[in-house]
Amino acid sequence: MKIADKDTRAVDLVRKALDKAKEFEEYNVFISLNDEALKKAEEIDRRIAAGEKVGRLAGVPYALKDDFLSPEGKTTAGSKMLENFRSPITATAVAKLETEDAICLGRTNMDAFSHGASTENSYFGPTLNSRDKTRAAGGSSGGSAVAVALGIVPFALGTDTGGSIRQPAAYNGVIGVRPTYGAVSRYGVIAMSSSIDTVGCFATTADDADLVMGVMAGRDEADATSLDDFWSAEPENKKLRVGVIKDFMNSADGEVLKCTNDYIDKLKGLGHEVSEIEMPTLKYGLAIYYVVQSAELASTMMRFDSIRFGRQAENVKGLDDLYTRSRDEGLMMENKRRIMLGNYVVSTGLYEKYYLKAQKARTLLMAEYDRAFEKFDVLLCPTTPSTAFKLGSKTGDPMEMYLEDLMLASPSMAGLPAISVPAGETTEGLTVGVQLVGPQCSDRSLLKLAKETM
Amino acid sequence: MKYEMTIGIECHVQLNTKTKLFSGVNNDAVDKEPNECCSPGNYALPGTLPVLNKAAVEKAVRAGLAMNCEIGLISAFERKHYFYPDLPSGYQITQMFHPIIGAGSVELPDGSVVRIEHAHLEEDAGKLTHFDNYSLVDLNRAGTPLIEIVSMPDIHSEVQARLYCEELHRLMRYVDVSNGNLYHGNMRFDVNISVAPAGSEKLGTRVEIKNLNSFKSIERAAQYEYGRQIAALENGEKLIQETRGWSDDTGKTTGQRSKENAQDYRYMPEPDVPPIVLTDQFVQDIKAEMPLLPGDYRKLFAVMNLDESEMTAILNYPLLTERLAAVLKASTALAVRVAHWFSGLLLAEENVDKDFELATVAELTELSEMVEKNELSSTAGKEVFVALYDAKNTEKTPRALAKEMNLLQENDEEALVQIIDEVLATAECAKAAEDVKKGEMKAIGFLVGQVMKKSGGKANPGTVNQLIKQRLA
Repeated sequence: MKIADKDTRAVDLVRKALDKAKEFEEYNVFISLNDEALKKAEEIDRRIAAGEKVGRLAGVPYALKDDFLSPEGKTTAGSKMLENFRSPITATAVAKLETEDAICLGRTNMDAFSHGASTENSYFGPTLNSRDKTRAAGGSSGGSAVAVALGIVPFALGTDTGGSIRQPAAYNGVIGVRPTYGAVSRYGVIAMSSSIDTVGCFATTADDADLVMGVMAGRDEADATSLDDFWSAEPENKKLRVGVIKDFMNSADGEVLKCTNDYIDKLKGLGHEVSEIEMPTLKYGLAIYYVVQSAELASTMMRFDSIRFGRQAENVKGLDDLYTRSRDEGLMMENKRRIMLGNYVVSTGLYEKYYLKAQKARTLLMAEYDRAFEKFDVLLCPTTPSTAFKLGSKTGDPMEMYLEDLMLASPSMAGLPAISVPAGETTEGLTVGVQLVGPQCSDRSLLKLAKETM
Repeated sequence: MKYEMTIGIECHVQLNTKTKLFSGVNNDAVDKEPNECCSPGNYALPGTLPVLNKAAVEKAVRAGLAMNCEIGLISAFERKHYFYPDLPSGYQITQMFHPIIGAGSVELPDGSVVRIEHAHLEEDAGKLTHFDNYSLVDLNRAGTPLIEIVSMPDIHSEVQARLYCEELHRLMRYVDVSNGNLYHGNMRFDVNISVAPAGSEKLGTRVEIKNLNSFKSIERAAQYEYGRQIAALENGEKLIQETRGWSDDTGKTTGQRSKENAQDYRYMPEPDVPPIVLTDQFVQDIKAEMPLLPGDYRKLFAVMNLDESEMTAILNYPLLTERLAAVLKASTALAVRVAHWFSGLLLAEENVDKDFELATVAELTELSEMVEKNELSSTAGKEVFVALYDAKNTEKTPRALAKEMNLLQENDEEALVQIIDEVLATAECAKAAEDVKKGEMKAIGFLVGQVMKKSGGKANPGTVNQLIKQRLA
């Protein structure tokens, strides 16, 4: 990516990005643009001209998924509930980017509260796929993926719980990084499911992604689940043992499978050792994910009661009516569906049957990964079973939509780093992604491998 | 038929940490404006995360050790869900399955023992004030660390219930876990009570009286509920398992909600707060720093033979107890006198609001010694004692104070003989002096009184008595 210096003006970088944002307005990438972006760019140019030290991302415009809090503009989380919500605090990840002088161009569209896999559940309407405007961008971080794919910005932030970065990255032909759980602080990010949520990014090159993640990573006293910085350690320079997850290869479409096999050939050509592995527990990953994810999500959504912030229903009769109508009016159907599912799986009498069982299965799933990583450095499978689907084609069938996370949910539940790497395109011109998964804290090895293949 | 009551008590103790349980905001809301002590996390701003306060963990361990409890080296938090405006996040972070404090016991002043089932760490909710058609929310208290102490159903009288709560109250203040201010809700009690025919193995239907905040109301509510439940049983009514509220004004409990209407709190692990993992060393270090507890002092003070009410009155004040113990180290007789001063004078209504810090151990010992050595009369000793608690006297020793107040006893025999001779020479004493000479010793009291009067109360009456006898022999 281009970083502002004596020869490259930050103002030009930002102006160009704003022009592109305007040019691609019909894709519905942004919920809001940052009014302060140009002013910030001018300030950085002034500092460069004055010979002052500037940050590692000086003047680089980036797009921010609309679930990161910062006092500039509104943080809507793609919802009607927070249509006019302004935050008094700044997310740690955003603060770190700002410290390095990156400039937030605007806030991107997303499924409301990240509940979705297509960005169609946004109160602000769907984002269109960068390759085919009749298709879904993927989601929930769809706006950020498309912002990078269309070349508006060199990188964008997203959040990934069950695939919300990796799936739209695959659908738009960019790199999508879900880091190790805890690598980047979750402070200031509107939570979906606390034990699974991660902060990651989209970029067009592995180096850019590496740089951005390195800026954001590290221990944050405001997030008790954040890890000490491991990003500063250089990955080993060696040939990797890559395990192809047979179980998922069988679920992939013909063209997706072909692109994946081509990618595998490329890895072999680079001298990496590739063989197949069966991981039978992974097929339960999606079920485990939907139980735990919905339980935590239903809990975290309780705070949206309209009393202290958020949209409040009018002419209510009493407290219960206030709660019921404000939530009814402010939340999307998918939000409600997941809240109901989540409350169901932890209710008295069902807790042991669903939630506890899912957590036990999660332990088995992690054990299966541990065994796999005794033999392999990286596990590989397609990011998604098929390419971007037609807008509206899955909105009527939640189960169909949930299956989008089939290959993505398991690494999420195990807290593993997982990235989606561009792996060519179909005859129709739709992009295909390959998912690389490694042991905890092997994020940079995955990015290094991705770089070799791009 | 004879009935027996069975009581178990849940006690919520607000911990006196500087900051709240999961955020760095001030935990002391006394005299603060509503919502002044409130962080974004306390009003559940999305994106905020709870970060555990280590000091609260230390206090919880101290509280546990004070109750002879096992300490859970691994404990974890759960979320308890319900919608109410005093609970901004819609869930309370509490410990449902793995509490930090395990089983233990508390010995009461009457020698009985109440076992502790467990105690757990959790956050307090905010406070609502209701008006005609609206309510106001104050979140100063939201997120204050609490420990909830759950007793076994080992209590069988309203008096024992009160004694248990009082002992908990003392314990929590001795180990500096809570300020123990009941008026500010630092400790609140839920009393679970059931009644069954005496000797019956099966317990009766349990009723929970919520949110009692004075020892008197605990005793009264338990007594009332005992009577109410017996009357119901005698009348053949079926008692229901329910929550009841107590009114100090009416002296009655009233039904609030029955178990059938209980909500489903949907407990689940708190994913934002990792489990608390303590080392044995951490617990041992805290144990090594534990102060003496009321029970220890009771044993220590036994040599003074104080009566129970006097002992209890003093034990209610950790500072006085500590200072009395220090005086006791010097001498039992000196300490007994100080104990009487504490209970009889300092804890009397007119003095109880004084700053108890003011009289030091050295001053108390010195003063008691002066009385012991007849340098002060016992009456004068009391006057100086009270004066020690006057802020303007902080720089003065008891001796200097006694001198300034002109209360030092006159033990100088020459000076006394002079006064005695003057008194004996007066006309009004002539008759009494004659009587004493004749051996009618009853009259000596009058003469001693006259000498005392003339000395301005400073003469030592014993010495005066001796000297008069010598003069008239």
